[in-house]
Amino acid sequence: MNIPSDLKYTLSHEWAHLEADGTVTVGITDHAQELLGDMVFVENPVLGRQLKAGEECAVVESVKAASDVYAPIAGEVVAANGDLEANPDLLNKAPYGAWLFKVKPADAGDLGGLMDAAAYQVHVDSEAH
Amino acid sequence: MLKQTPLNAKHREANAKLVDFSGWEMPIHYGSQIAEHHAVRRDAGMFDVSHMLPVDIKGEGARAFLRQLLANNVDRLTTTGKALYSCMLNEDGGVVDDLIVYFMTDTWFRLVVNAGCVDKDLAWLEAQRDRYAPGLQILPCRDLAMIAIQGPNAAAKLWQALPGSEGVTRAMKPFTAIVIGTMFVARTGYTGEDGFEVMLPARAAPYMWQALTEAGVKPCGLGACDTLRLEAGMNLFGQDMDEKITPLEAGLAWTVDLKAERDFIGKDALLRLPRDKQLVGLLLLERGVLRGHQQVFTAQGAGEVTSGTFSPTLNVAIALARVPVGVKVGDPVEVAIRDKKVMARVVEYPFVRNGKALIDL
Repeated sequence: MNIPSDLKYTLSHEWAHLEADGTVTVGITDHAQELLGDMVFVENPVLGRQLKAGEECAVVESVKAASDVYAPIAGEVVAANGDLEANPDLLNKAPYGAWLFKVKPADAGDLGGLMDAAAYQVHVDSEAH
Repeated sequence: MLKQTPLNAKHREANAKLVDFSGWEMPIHYGSQIAEHHAVRRDAGMFDVSHMLPVDIKGEGARAFLRQLLANNVDRLTTTGKALYSCMLNEDGGVVDDLIVYFMTDTWFRLVVNAGCVDKDLAWLEAQRDRYAPGLQILPCRDLAMIAIQGPNAAAKLWQALPGSEGVTRAMKPFTAIVIGTMFVARTGYTGEDGFEVMLPARAAPYMWQALTEAGVKPCGLGACDTLRLEAGMNLFGQDMDEKITPLEAGLAWTVDLKAERDFIGKDALLRLPRDKQLVGLLLLERGVLRGHQQVFTAQGAGEVTSGTFSPTLNVAIALARVPVGVKVGDPVEVAIRDKKVMARVVEYPFVRNGKALIDL
């Protein structure tokens, strides 16, 4: 299980990364892609949408099932990864490279409320038992 | 506590992701469902289907009993080993289960029924036996494992794995079975490809699985099984039909013999009930994935997706849907996916057979 130490994590298996320009990049974790299996469809939020923390804002679908993606923090959607439209399997191949969307956070301090890698590891382990 | 098939250890060895399927711990995939799907369409894959149950019907009058029990006509089975797909109906014409029946001798027929229906089916079989044919034996074969080997290279690889089998199985036609020692070998499957379903003693199953693995047959899970059967346009009990749905509403009119004089359980209801719904194929014209229970909107009224998935062969979403009679192939329809309505087209199914797309995208 790959859980990079420079990212923040949610209980619902999203990762978030604060970029140098102040935006936050969001994706789904290695654990999430493994649970879902082969990805075949991604629906990202429209640009400009104002997200509340914890709000359903994207959908990833594998052959097996559809799964909601929740906003890790509040903010405005400023980018969406168009590569995933044609190649949703990038989420399987490189879950931490294949980001879903970027948010301009309402308050960058909100990231502090997310889990670090160690806490997320404990969360994943607890769900497995 | 989940039940395990005799191949459970082999699945763990191969790093299968195991899930609860009808109370059985079964592999959903061994890494990639799509790779497994393609292996069956292009080469050869195998499935552990030991959770399904062979049930032998033995004794004088077996054929007469099955004539009464099954919606399809067992009198179509005239040569030893011949198989027939049929629904077993309740008095209301609803589907108790769908199954394959093999004719072996006048006093031995074998049924193979769905894992999730086993208890209900046995109770139903015994009740009907008591009513129509009290002397008959109904014998569940719980000590048999079953491996389905499917794909264009399934036969060649089975022959490689099982030396001596080529001579006796090469000439087998689809939907026939033979007995080889302790094995029951049928040229049947649930994928739309050539292949075999082999029933064999539980203790022999892991050795057979290993030999097939060494012959290059890829282990495949329930996930690939579902996308393959849906591309092949085959119904899944519990999704495309159940006790409340008649075979006529489930695209299975071809398996119901209403013309012959023969009476069978559920026939009266089928003749009496209005036929206002039908099963059709759908092809999604926009991005997204069709899934069971999505609402379908047609010019003739609303319907519902019964099975939907992303088709790995066609690279587009496909579905079976129950819609009002009058909806025709080529009709545009809308499907509700979450909060949106997306366009789909009614198409003939099967979608894929023997590795080839049968519909124009």
